[in-house]
Amino acid sequence: MSKFPKVIAGAAVSLALSLPAYAGTCGLGGTALPEEIAAWDSDVSPDGTGLPAGSGDVLVGEEVFAEKCAACHGDFAEGVDNWPKLAGGHGTLDHDDPLKTVGSYWPYLSTTWDYVNRSMPFGAAQTLEPDEVYAIVAYILYSNDLVDDDFVLSNETFSEVTLPNADGFIVDDRLQSEKHFWTSEPCMQDCKESVEITMRARVLDVTPQEESAAAVPVVAQAAAEEVAVVEPVAEPVAEAAVEEVALDPELLAKGANVFKKCKACHKVGEGAKHSTGPLLNGIVGAAVGQAGGFKYSKGMRAAGETGLVWTEEELAAFLTKPRKYMKGTKMSFAGLRKEADIEAVVTYLKSFE
Amino acid sequence: MSDKAKTFAPSRRQFLAGAAAGATAAAASAAQAAGPDPLITEVQDWASGLGDGVDATPYGLPIQFEQDVVRRNVEWLTADTISSINFTPIHALDGTITPQGCAFERHHSGAIELTKQDYRLMINGLVDTPLVFSYADLERFPRENRVYFCECAANSGMEWAGAQLNGAQFTHGMIHNMEYSGVSLRTLLEEAGLAAAGDFKDKWVYVEGADASSNGRSIPLEKALDDVLVAFKANGEALRKEHGYPVRLVVPGWEGNMWIKWLRRIEVMDGPVESREETSKYTDTLENGVARKWTWEMDAKSVVTSPSPQAPITHGSGPLVITGLAWSGRGSRTGVDVSIDGGKSWSEARLGAPGVDKALTRFYLDINWDGSEMLLQSRARDSSGYVQPSKSELREVRGLNSIYHNNAIQTWWVKADGEAENVEVS
Repeated sequence: MSKFPKVIAGAAVSLALSLPAYAGTCGLGGTALPEEIAAWDSDVSPDGTGLPAGSGDVLVGEEVFAEKCAACHGDFAEGVDNWPKLAGGHGTLDHDDPLKTVGSYWPYLSTTWDYVNRSMPFGAAQTLEPDEVYAIVAYILYSNDLVDDDFVLSNETFSEVTLPNADGFIVDDRLQSEKHFWTSEPCMQDCKESVEITMRARVLDVTPQEESAAAVPVVAQAAAEEVAVVEPVAEPVAEAAVEEVALDPELLAKGANVFKKCKACHKVGEGAKHSTGPLLNGIVGAAVGQAGGFKYSKGMRAAGETGLVWTEEELAAFLTKPRKYMKGTKMSFAGLRKEADIEAVVTYLKSFE
Repeated sequence: MSDKAKTFAPSRRQFLAGAAAGATAAAASAAQAAGPDPLITEVQDWASGLGDGVDATPYGLPIQFEQDVVRRNVEWLTADTISSINFTPIHALDGTITPQGCAFERHHSGAIELTKQDYRLMINGLVDTPLVFSYADLERFPRENRVYFCECAANSGMEWAGAQLNGAQFTHGMIHNMEYSGVSLRTLLEEAGLAAAGDFKDKWVYVEGADASSNGRSIPLEKALDDVLVAFKANGEALRKEHGYPVRLVVPGWEGNMWIKWLRRIEVMDGPVESREETSKYTDTLENGVARKWTWEMDAKSVVTSPSPQAPITHGSGPLVITGLAWSGRGSRTGVDVSIDGGKSWSEARLGAPGVDKALTRFYLDINWDGSEMLLQSRARDSSGYVQPSKSELREVRGLNSIYHNNAIQTWWVKADGEAENVEVS
């Protein structure tokens, strides 16, 4: 009838001839080298597969924990503010608001080792040596009263530890235990006699924006303020840079290293913003507690309003014992013990103007 | 950078002009009664002067009048904003596709910047040849396009114990729905060769991200070979940084935590890793203290997005569009019922378009509102026969401590003035 279908068929044939379809694989990608696999494949399974050789004891663990973990998790793994509690909670899983910790909830020790090794400390992940990880995990076990203070965790003693809640999990059984939700004929009419309001969200009053009608201008304003605070921060920085004095490069490098303890909460450098803690660009010489866009503790704000300035001396005093120096400060960091560390980190901060 | 800020931040003058325009619109019906509408009878500035040239906005944000349609977070939920979550403004959206710029974010160590040049994807473990792909390699595999919803397992988690947050954005906004372009995970696994894996039945893949949280999850090989995608585009453009640029995993119908962002490694294994995110988190504690694990599928769920606390009725009685979203992780299309009397009686809603497997479905119920109070609810059904349960039905089987997988029916109390509140009913 028409030549059209034939033309199409012809085109299809020639396409098929000139563009062979893939048979099996595409031959793309390169072979992963053993060193590459070793660098990335570090996950640890419940039976300990994947653990590197090494060991660490509770006492060393306590020291490492105090230095690298306690700022958020507390000296005794009890957790600071909203940061995770790692110890306690035994016997609370069937209570309201159970406390789920490594000791009370986590089923496998491998998970703790793996997570600390790959994901902690927050802001400086994948910097711990295997022995440090063994020591930290030993200390977490000790904090949960699961081992004595002379315990040494190693790739060899690892399998001796069974966590209390190892048998506390079942595999998803919704298809059976919630079988009654598969009711192909749901009720459409006269499903209940009366309906009463039993709870109201407004009573709790925890929603970020309250009145829905009023929410629009409030949000627009907030967005505008956010944009506004960025610029004033940037300008004084440029001015201050002019009077910059050469800083000791060795001290700077040391300070950069010390600052790793601060990095989880404080940002510095180009484009940095407030985080859990305030932005620290230009902090040396700045008024205390006055940076726009950050919610300081009342004490910190009030101190700045009386004219207190972050001189090197004041910063050093604060960093020695933050909570003693500034009552009510939100900074949960325990403080730097070594004067040399304080000097180094203050020098490092001076480099961000 | 400064261009972006300039585009997004309206000048004070523009903002006031916008507010004034809003006020005029609100007064429109009154103006109509009083006489001819000046918006029609008088020549307006925009009808006479000129607008922006084509070089004004190389990449656009929504017009300034839509500035309130943004992601929001709840400060008290988490210790800081880096390991935290924000919420999609579902109360202000329509249709089913979520724009990337306002689609919820959940990070465990912050949204990182990873270039395509620095991107590597490793496949190792029980495969014939362990391989490393560059981003450019991924673009040379046969590609697929699919629309899927991604819901955080903790969506509505703050509502387990009772009505708490006043707005659909906060109660149900840990969800987005995008069209993904990418390569099927099956294709990549077959490229590495699965003869070494032997029997597929008891095998797993462990997938992990490149960011500092090293978020990793174990997925049964059977699912990995079924419909999982390694995606690099969403809604036609590159993934956003906050959603895993340049490459993320898409695990259709399963909890969002498994959709690994900045995907860097896939290991075929003979057992699950039992990582932190699949033991201490994303497990559901039942009333007796025992916890369910491997609760991957997202149960059928729905919510009325408007009217709702952030989207009150402002027009008084008369024609009213009740609309919302429904979805099911069990793959089946959803039907939706709507109740305006707190669940005494139900009407079947109209679907905006036929339901798509494991994707959001938009529903509408068009009513003539008499101006009296309503207790608005929606109830999703999927073709597996599952019917979305009420809060009390769900609590009966799971208690109050599950945190995750709260798919119970939501109630909005719409008052005579059109304002709505998150409530629970008997």
